[in-house]
Order: sequence, then C-alpha cells, then structure tokens
Amino acid sequence: MPQINSGDTAWVLASTALVLLMTAPGLALFYGGLVRRKNVLSTMMQSFFLLCLISIQWILWGYSLAFGPDVGHFIGNLSWFGLNGVTLAPNPDYAATIPHQLFMIFQMMFAVITPALITGAFAERIKFSTFVVFSLVWATLVYDPIAHWVWGKDGWLHNLGALDFAGGTVVHMASGISALVVALVMGRRSGFPRVTPPPHNMTYTLVGAALLWFGWFGFNAGSALAANELSVSAFINTNTATAAAAIGWVVIDWILARKPTVLGAATGAVAGLVAITPASGFVSPISSIWIGLIVAVVCYIAVAVVKQKLAYDDSLDAFGVHGVGGTVGALVTGLFAQKVINSGGADGLFFGNPHQFLVNAIAVGAVIVYSVVVTFIIAKVLDLIMGLRVKEQDEAIGLDNTQHKESAYTLID
Amino acid sequence: MKLIIAIIQPHKLDDVMRELDEKEIHLKTVTNVLGCGRQKGVTEVYRGVKEAGTLLKKVRLEIGVNDAYVQPTVDAIIKGARTGGIGDGKIFILPMEECIRIRSGETGKVAIG
Repeated sequence: MPQINSGDTAWVLASTALVLLMTAPGLALFYGGLVRRKNVLSTMMQSFFLLCLISIQWILWGYSLAFGPDVGHFIGNLSWFGLNGVTLAPNPDYAATIPHQLFMIFQMMFAVITPALITGAFAERIKFSTFVVFSLVWATLVYDPIAHWVWGKDGWLHNLGALDFAGGTVVHMASGISALVVALVMGRRSGFPRVTPPPHNMTYTLVGAALLWFGWFGFNAGSALAANELSVSAFINTNTATAAAAIGWVVIDWILARKPTVLGAATGAVAGLVAITPASGFVSPISSIWIGLIVAVVCYIAVAVVKQKLAYDDSLDAFGVHGVGGTVGALVTGLFAQKVINSGGADGLFFGNPHQFLVNAIAVGAVIVYSVVVTFIIAKVLDLIMGLRVKEQDEAIGLDNTQHKESAYTLID
Repeated sequence: MKLIIAIIQPHKLDDVMRELDEKEIHLKTVTNVLGCGRQKGVTEVYRGVKEAGTLLKKVRLEIGVNDAYVQPTVDAIIKGARTGGIGDGKIFILPMEECIRIRSGETGKVAIG
C-alpha cells in the first residue's frame, strides 16, 4: 500500500492553487490589458468563466476521459464519471505519494487554462454563448484525448516515450494550434489589418505576465508531483528560461524596433515559460538559457513577421506565442534532455540519442494534425448552428456592452 | 471661419476619421464626453439591480475650418457617423472670431491649416 507523503501533498496542493492563479487573474489581466477598453470585461470574463465551466466538466467526465482506464491508447473510458472510484488513496499509476483526488484537481487547473489560452485568438469578436459551447466541446474532444495520449496510463504517445514534462504539447501546442484554426474560421476583426487595435492598459498586461510567471512555478515545479530534487530543478529551469527569453525579446526589439518595449518583455517572458514547460524536468539550467533565447527569436519571427505578412488576426498572439512556442519547446526537449537530470527521462539528440528527437517530433506532428482537424470541425459546425461572431454593429460597440451589458470604466464618477 | 462641434457615437469615430481624411480634413481635437439626447440615456443592470438614466458615452470632435470647408466637413461627419438609429448625435456650427497658431503667431486662414 503506497504511503501518502505530507511534504509532497502540501507542495502539490500549493501548486494547484498557483496554476489556478495563472488563469485568473494572470491570463485574465494579461489578455484584458491587450484589448480595447470596450472589450476588457468580456475578455477577462472568458478566462474567469472557463475556470468555473471546466471545473465542473473535469469532475463530471473530463478527468475520466483524460486519465481513466485506457480505450485503444486513445482516450480514457467513462468509468470514472463523477470521480467514481477516484479516492483519497494514492494511485501509483500517476502519483504514488499524494491522494489520487489531489492529482485530479492539480490536472484540473491545466484543463482550465488550456481553453483559456485560446481566447486570445478570438478576442473582441466572439459571441459569449458560442464561446461557452465551443470551450466545453473543445475541452472534451480535443484536450481530454490529447492529455490521455501524453499523460494517461497506456496513452499512445506516453508508451512511445515522448517527453513532455508539464504540458508543452498538451497545453500549449493544442491550445495555440487550435487558436489559429479558430482565428482563421471566424475571420479578422473589422478594420484589421488596416488598423491594429491598440492595447488599452499595458500595466494590466505586465502584471498579468508577472502573475503567469509566478503561477508557472506551480505548473512546472508542481508537475514533479513531489517536493523533491526534480521539482527544484524544474523550478530553476522555469525561472532561467523565462528570464533569458524576456531579455532575448527585448534585445531584438531594441535592435529592430529601436526601443526596448514593455510588451516585448512581457511577451518574451511568456514565450520562455511556454517553451520551458515540456523541458523543465529534463534539462540543465544552461540548456534553459539556450531554450529561452531560441524561443524568443522564433516567436518574434512568428508574431512580428509571419503574422503581419499573412495578415491572419490571431488577436493576442495565442498561436504566435503558445502554438509556436509550445512546438519549439517540445522539439528542443528532444535535443536538450539529459538522463543525468531526470533518471525517469531520456537523453536528447545533443546528448547522443537522436531517437528522442524523432519521438518528440512525432508527438508534435500528431498534436498538430489532431488539433487542426477536430478544432476546424467544431468551429465550422458551431458557426453554422450558433454563429461564432457577434454582429458587426455589436463588435463596433464592444463586447462588454453588447454581451454583458456592463462597462469597465466610467468617465465621470 | 467656423468652429464645428460634433457629438457622435464612440464606435463611429474610426469611420468619421476615415471620411474626414478622404476630404483632406486632418486637423481636429477629440475628447470623451458623457451626454444624452432625447432617449434619456440607458439603464444598466448591476447584480440584478436596475440603475436608470445613466449618461451615455459619446465622442466630441472640434474642428476649426475655413468657410469653404464647412459643407465637406459636415458631409464627412454625417457619412461616417450615421447609423440611422437613435443616438447618432449632433453637429453644431459656430462662428469663429479668430484662429492663432501659437508657434508662429500666424492668424486667420493660414493658421487654420
């Protein structure tokens, strides 16, 4: 009978709360600051409401589909519906030293933030009712299966040996790639790209980025599922890559745009956090610096060059940062991973094991194809049935007023 | 010389600016204001409680023009700001006694721009 370890349990409990903080207020503020004044409430509401919505979905069927007994290496079955059989005793398949229910709620916070990341792509134009249905369906048909592939017992990517410490493929690639698909299906905001709507409150954005950074310690170091050497290593790598990526982005800004921008620092930090996520438990701090610098360059190109050239309206760069950054992270994990750091992991290409890079590349390809196809179908069907976008007039007036009948700021009073 | 003051819907500002640009009227001052017309504002609901008679957010444009530009300016504002619904706003045209460019001390027609 496995023993519950109080130190491990305490750390994962705290980590769970930290990951919650990433969605609201972290992401809510980060995205909320980037939209116009007339859309700030609706944008923050999307993150906040997902916290509520997916919390219930996860308890009812989400956890069972992602982590329940395997069906064809593709998805869990529904025998854990409503947490049936998910007890306070440890489940050694996932975490031998903490209660199974703690593992469940830690994973819940990942399931919450993933669809919340997508909201950056359809900001300022999605109908709230369609958003709710889309998120629920997406979480069930895209997130839950992919989580099962990578983390579930007997999931096919798990069995193949793909390394993804804290969710680079499951969380960031799945959300980022899906974000691009939704942005393309629903089309650009009116006026874009002739005018790019300006961020209305960069202080929110910077505070939000800092809260994401803080919460990410729970996301990555918590993914050790124990208070041990591995969690310390993941903690340090998380901080190191984030700092390197933020510096990298600011330097590029300084050279190309002539000023070190605040938005550049915030975006670079988030890109670093995204890229180190799959690698955080497998690499050295020096490798983390490289990972941070690499992702800064690649994401900068995606956001500042490719997006402008192709003129798709990934409004708040959910694809440019999470999709591209997550892909970079998953691939470099296959390069920089070291068995010396984590005996449960593997060596990467740079440490004499090209096979690991190949396996991670397969995981990247599978997640891209699946996310694109299923998200496209969900978005198209919902567009036909409910309509993804608000009316043009409502978009002009703003979603706060038209979707929620509230406004964030008053002029007098 | 006239001073044109227009009160418009905030979300039509972009359209009005584009129409003005097309007529090569580039100099303007824009402020956020609150106001209400005949519909007496809106009611907002906070936590289920109705709060009646809130003033509406509007945008106020001030444009000083030479006489020849009055009609084109008015046309551009109407073209950009009209939705056909209530609350589209108003345009006021006032006589303007003088216009002085602070930097150079120029006055009148030249100073308007």
